[in-house]
Parts: sequence; C-alpha cells; structure tokens
Amino acid sequence: MSNLVPVLIDAFSVGGLYALTALGIGLIFSVMRLANFAHAEFVTVPAYALFVLSAQPTVMAISAAVLVAVVLSLATERAAFRPLRGIDPATMLIASFTVSMFLQRLLVFAFDSRLKPVDPLAFLSGSVPLFGVSVNLLKLTTVITCLVLLVALTLFLKYTRFGLEMRAAAEDFTMSRLLGVRANRVIATAFVLSALLAAVVAVLFSAQTGFVQPRFGLQIVIIAFVATVIGGLGNLLGAAVGGFLVGVVATLLQTYLPPDLRPFREAFLFLIVIVVLLFRPQGLFPARGLKERI
Amino acid sequence: MTLEASAITVRFGGIRAVEDVSLRLHQGEIVGLIGPNGAGKTTLVNVLSGFQRPRAGRIALNGEDATRWPAHRFARNGVVRTFQAVRLYPGMTVAENVETALVGTGLGRAAARGQALEILNYLGLTGRAALPAKALSYGDERRVGIARALAMEPRFLLLDEPAAGLNIGEAEELDRTIARIRDDFSCGILVIEHNMALVMNLCERLHVLATGRTLAEGTPAEVMANPAFKDAYLGADA
Repeated sequence: MSNLVPVLIDAFSVGGLYALTALGIGLIFSVMRLANFAHAEFVTVPAYALFVLSAQPTVMAISAAVLVAVVLSLATERAAFRPLRGIDPATMLIASFTVSMFLQRLLVFAFDSRLKPVDPLAFLSGSVPLFGVSVNLLKLTTVITCLVLLVALTLFLKYTRFGLEMRAAAEDFTMSRLLGVRANRVIATAFVLSALLAAVVAVLFSAQTGFVQPRFGLQIVIIAFVATVIGGLGNLLGAAVGGFLVGVVATLLQTYLPPDLRPFREAFLFLIVIVVLLFRPQGLFPARGLKERI
Repeated sequence: MTLEASAITVRFGGIRAVEDVSLRLHQGEIVGLIGPNGAGKTTLVNVLSGFQRPRAGRIALNGEDATRWPAHRFARNGVVRTFQAVRLYPGMTVAENVETALVGTGLGRAAARGQALEILNYLGLTGRAALPAKALSYGDERRVGIARALAMEPRFLLLDEPAAGLNIGEAEELDRTIARIRDDFSCGILVIEHNMALVMNLCERLHVLATGRTLAEGTPAEVMANPAFKDAYLGADA
C-alpha cells in the first residue's frame, strides 16, 4: 500500500493532464467536428508567456498565460476556422495543422528552438506526508487541480445557460441553431473553455518538466488525441476517462515494466491502444450521430 | 397575422416536388395538409419554415417577404415547426430539451427551468421531465417535440405528421391537445396528417396535395364533396 500511493499520484498527475488536454480538444470537436491540432500551441504559447514573465510574481505570470491562451484561441477561431465553418472536417483538420505549424515556426522565430527554463510553481517543490508516505506537492496539486476542473466543467455544462447551449450544439448543431442557439457564441464559448484548460495544462506541465520549447504542447496533445479516440470522439466523458486511462497505463508501464523494456514504454502503450480499438473501434464511449450532420 | 405561400414551385433534379402551390395560414386557425406519400407535403412545410428555397414563388410573413430567410430566422419570427423524426437531443433530459429552446429565446437558465416545467405540465409530461430523451416512448417523444416547439413562442406552428406511429387513442388525445394549443396560444397551426378521420374533426380547412399540385382545398365538407379529391385520394368510386 505504502508504495502504491506515490505510483497512483504519479499516474493520476500524468493522466489528469492528458484528461484536461483531451477535454480541451473534445469540447471543440463536439461542437464543430473540428479535430484541432492547434491545441498544441494553445498549450505551448502560454507556456512561453510563463517563460517571458518568469521574473514577475506567480499570480501575474499565470494570469497572463491564461489571458494569452484565451486571446490566441479566439483569434485562431476568428481568423482560421470561422471562414471554413460548414466545410468538411478534413479541410478544417488541415487548417488546424496549418495554424499549428505557423504558430510553432513563429515561436522558433521569436525564441529559437532551444529549451527555455520555466518554473511557474517553484513554491510547490516540496513534499507532504500522505497515508504515511511523502508525496510530491506539485503532483498532488496537479491531481487536485484536474479533479476540481473536471467537476467545475461538469457543473458548468449541466447548470449554466452556456453549458446547456454547448451540450445542445454538441448533440445536434443544426437543430440548436433552429432553436435560437447562436452558433458564434457557442463556438466562441467552446474555444474559451478549451483555452482555459490548455493554459492550466501549460502551467502544470511546464512546472513538471521545468522547460519549454516550441514542440512543448505537441508531445502532450498527441497523446491526448489518442486518449480522445480511445474514449470515443465527440464524447466529453469519454475524453476525460480516456485521458486518465492513457496516463495511468503509461505510468504503470513505466513503473512495472522490466527496466530493460522501459525505454519502449510508448510502444507498449500504443499496443494497448491498438488492442482497445480492435475491440471498440468507436472508442469506449462512442458519441451518437457522429456522421449525421445535416 | 398571416403566413402565406404564393405559387411555390420546388424541383429536385427533374422531379417536381411542389408545383405552383399557394397556401395561406391565418393566426388562430387549424389547417390540415393532406395527400398521399410523395405528394410534397413535407417539402411544402420545408419551404414554409426556411428549410428549402423554392425554385419559384414567394413566402410572406405578415406581408413581409420571407422567401430567402434562413430557417432560424423563421423560427425567431414565430414560425416554428416540428419534424417527422422529432430530433430531440437524445442525451439530454426532457426538461433540458425544452429549456434549450427557452434559453434560445433569451431566458436565463433558472427562468427557463421554471417555464419548461410549466410547458411540460401543460402537455401532461411532468412525470417525464427528468428522463433522458432517448428513454421516451414514441408517443411521448412526439409530445416533447411539440413542447419544445411551444417553448419557442410560436405564432405559426407547423406539425409534420405529429400522429405518425401513434395508436388511435393517442392520436385522438393529440388532436385535443392541438386544438387546445390553438386556443391557448392563439397561433395558426398547419398539420400534416394521414388519418382522414382525425383531420376532419380537427381542421377548419384542408389543403390537399397530389404529386406536388393542389388537388382540392376548402372546408372538410367541401373537400370531401370534391370529385377530384374523391377520385385521387380515396380512389375511384369512393
């Protein structure tokens, strides 16, 4: 038991970040069927904001990172995705690649591609005792933050007006417009929420890794996409569960694989993913009516 | 107030779905739109609610040209329709389905919740409010579809086969509900219906389509006496 607690905290701190990232992707996908690869830069750019503002007080740096993420995401929606709305998902997917590449190159141009040190949550570097073992404070904070955000997002979707409109749009976009739901507002809400989640991931993940580079967000977004597919595209619960699942499995592999095989952890992870998709090609929680979009 | 279609023509490829049909719906009346399968009833309702642009002809709402309005503009101006397939949000509760329409009219969430329950109560669906829509029976599903339409404050309500799949008892109950809606909401109602007996009781006027054209129109008695109607719709010698 005593050595299980740190493993679990590890697993859920990794899985939580994947879950938040998968949710950020899933929110936009469910509303407008856009698989947004630029989500990687929604994570990377605020992480660079943390780097630029590393001399500033923590609260200020984090607020700025959140603001940067929201502005970037709204600007992307307005400039790149809104003109393409209603066009087939493949075109929008390519557009999101383009945005992603563009922002990545922009970061290389502005900051070069070397690692930049960041430590936005330096005050969480210690450990606390939990169930008789000492647990890393940052990881514990990560787990708690993820859980709090998941609950907050659930409450938002369930009990607020915007949340109701988002769920309606996710289930049947055409019908929702007919019922008076404003398409622009719902999509903007999805992008803002997605950016908020991305900013939180940027803060927590950069605090864990200690550096940022132009492909910083990509490494986590790739895995989160896998998590979204595992959970069932277009289903937010599925995205969250898929994220946790992939994180937990990755950590357990890291912990319990024989040391010689650990470098191939990802290979084992993706093997499991393939096996899951063989048996559940629609993911664990398939969304309804993915194709129907008239 | 009037919803008016003048000389509407719709073609799909070479097929004339609707050909030169004119129809007028006044506030406070119930008009039955009848005709065999493929007669163009749903296409005409699609035109009247902005789901289908006519090839020729004009739609006017209270005299204002609405021919090129998108569907949500019709809805916002009180021309509300239901669908044969109902199209509820399957993953949301019955109450939430209705609330979405209320929120769309600009209500806050709490107000929407209260009003949704009132509408559900009006249609005898109070006991269903917390159920997920996908758990509903066929008849209840259709009634929730009507509840959602009522939430949009219709001045004109276009019901596309609301009684399809209901048994006789349910269909008669639905007829009483439709009459009650007309009285309480004082809206004009256009009903697509197959069951002649139901239509005869419910509607002040009938409009009969056959292969895209107007075959007959008038009061139910007038239509029944119309030789062309007897010939085409009920079969010769009927």
